Amino acid sequence: MVERYVMSVDQGTTSTRCMLFDHGGRLVSVTQREHKQHFPRPGWVEHDAMEIWKNLERIAPEALAQAGVVPEQVAALGIANQRETSVLWDRHTGRPVGRAVVWQDTRTDALVGELSARPDADMIRERCGLPIATYFSAPRVRWLLDNTPGLRERAERGDVLFGTIESWLIWNLTGGPKGGLHITDVTNASRTLLMNITTLAWDDDLLAFFDVPRAMLPEIRPSTETYARASRVLPGVRIAAALGDQQAALFGQTCFAPGEAKCTYGTGSFLLLNTGTEPVPSTHGLLTTVGYQIADEPAVYALEGSIAITGALVQWFRDGLGLIASAPEIETLARSVEDNGGCYIVPAFSGLFAPYWRSEARGIIVGLTSYITKGHLARAVLEATGWQTREVVDAMNADSGLALKALKVDGGMTADNLLMQFISDVLDVPVIRPMAAETVSLGAAYAAGLAVGYWADLEGLRRNWHRAAQWLPSMDPGRRETEYDNWRRAVERTFDWIKPAGK
Amino acid sequence: MACVPGPVQSIERAAAILRLLARGSGRLGVSEIAASLGLARATAHGILRTLQGVGFVEQDEESGKYQLGAALLHLGTSYLDVNELRSRAINWADALAARSGEAVRIGTPLDGRVLVVHHVFRPDDTLQALEVGALLPAHATALGKVLLAFDAGAAAALLETGLESFSRRTITHPRELSRALVEIREMGWASEVEEFTVGEAAVAAPIRGQGGLVVGAMGISGAVERLCDPRGRPKPTLVTYVRDAARAVSRDLGASRW
Repeated sequence: MVERYVMSVDQGTTSTRCMLFDHGGRLVSVTQREHKQHFPRPGWVEHDAMEIWKNLERIAPEALAQAGVVPEQVAALGIANQRETSVLWDRHTGRPVGRAVVWQDTRTDALVGELSARPDADMIRERCGLPIATYFSAPRVRWLLDNTPGLRERAERGDVLFGTIESWLIWNLTGGPKGGLHITDVTNASRTLLMNITTLAWDDDLLAFFDVPRAMLPEIRPSTETYARASRVLPGVRIAAALGDQQAALFGQTCFAPGEAKCTYGTGSFLLLNTGTEPVPSTHGLLTTVGYQIADEPAVYALEGSIAITGALVQWFRDGLGLIASAPEIETLARSVEDNGGCYIVPAFSGLFAPYWRSEARGIIVGLTSYITKGHLARAVLEATGWQTREVVDAMNADSGLALKALKVDGGMTADNLLMQFISDVLDVPVIRPMAAETVSLGAAYAAGLAVGYWADLEGLRRNWHRAAQWLPSMDPGRRETEYDNWRRAVERTFDWIKPAGK
Repeated sequence: MACVPGPVQSIERAAAILRLLARGSGRLGVSEIAASLGLARATAHGILRTLQGVGFVEQDEESGKYQLGAALLHLGTSYLDVNELRSRAINWADALAARSGEAVRIGTPLDGRVLVVHHVFRPDDTLQALEVGALLPAHATALGKVLLAFDAGAAAALLETGLESFSRRTITHPRELSRALVEIREMGWASEVEEFTVGEAAVAAPIRGQGGLVVGAMGISGAVERLCDPRGRPKPTLVTYVRDAARAVSRDLGASRW
């Protein structure tokens, strides 16, 4: 019998990766290609959607070749993608209209200010589960429609289509201008500010509020379902799942029961808590989002704590300050001292996300004395990730009425033992890393495999999950309280740094 | 070896380039270096690129000129940060644990012992404690014997201080250890059967960096009855998993031949 595999595509912020997994959920091959980051103005971040598509065209066959596999052996393809990044393209030519506007882009901050000041702005959070912020898709689409001559008319006629990255890839995989399927999955749609979080459909009031024409929107589909067979790149392969990357990680960590949570540590960090089949509104600065929807079953919701800058602070320490040669060396440098020496770094580089949502905040280093060395700064860099996690977990406990008992972690920063121990110390719960660190890709593969019957059920997936490492809390409670208090005082000092225009 | 070969010309030239850059006149361009040493430009460029690859020279991004590299200053100390090693090995260590069903450890040498720099739990979800930071005796563990086998200086130093006994099967005789190390070099892997802890066995293989330098050891450990056949020898499939994983990490670290 010929061995069969599931392929996953993780279209991330800096690169696109393609992986093959076997039935045991084990990694068989991996290929990767980075794409260019465009920064045309301060605060603007763009990607070339065509470059991303070309990268996929290249790495998908490479992943097959690496494992000696033909497309017929691929049971299904699942896609995980960077969320909120918005692409507009011409339905007839298949060419993107300008570059994709990335989730980190803050060009819409003035527009977001205007929209938030409207009297009917209060209904937004209630209707879609999200605050109005530059982070989400709708203000970007509105900005593009307002600032590109003639675009609104083309969008209203349905000649120009909108999509997040998974829509763009699926449309291209299924033929592009020749009959490409224009769909999005419910998790990605839940990040636009345009979807009703209860009905899981585009909401007329939200569309009117942001002035986005319905004709340009993709059809909303479940996260796992055989959407179509690919006609290009992987001809005949069933495209059977799409999820936002953080939701894919939730799936890959097999957080299938209410109360189960995971945190993925990358450029930013995202903590998602499964809250079951009812959306839980947040009063503590978290997002209500869709975790996943399996075929025609009820959707499973999640509360999300989004932290904009964690790994990116280590990258800045390496590239901006040049104090280390590689990211993992931050641990070596941090271990050269006993503690932070009284120094705290709050990385509000583009404002603060959860639980504050303060776009006018900017980063600071406080507690500087002549005693402070680069070792203390390295500690403060790692501790910033720990404390930001603590703030999000506190908000999560308050919103859900449950106390988190353990935190499942994944992502590149989980290789840092000092950081993982610190997170366990400040949360006062065990921190657990699973055996497969590539949970985003694994989650997309699991979802696709589930859709086509490659894996029978969620219980089968759960049995593939194994603990690879665990850190237990060991910090003195008094010290934890003092340090947390210092951190919160440091955070307060970042507020109101950027003054409103004209003042 | 039947005959002793003469000096290697390209190494002599590389040494001359390093001496030239060390003279303290700042950065030099490839043409200046070629002209100073009477080399063809392409030859000088090839040597500079190789020296740059091992970190002995650095190229200034803007001017394209060369200077001595930071790696030269740290020749005596470990050139690979242990946290970097863990970060580069983590996916392969996970895969090894998943395939073998056993706990995985990565060790580096520290003051004659083995420092555990990475540990993946045995994938059976039983309660296990993270052993990162633990120190193991070199002569009584598979990880340690791999490190000793590829570092003659460390092995000689250990033989002088004496070999402590941990169980009936610990190698405590210097000649016996020397013989074991020769065998490990020939086979490319090491094992430990109840030499440190009664009832436990382990298999380890070297992780190599650029040029083949051994920078660490990676292996599995667990109950003797799971790791060994009835005659008390490590199961060949497990040995293959360990060697493949160590080779995969080595490839990622830039060791080309292993």
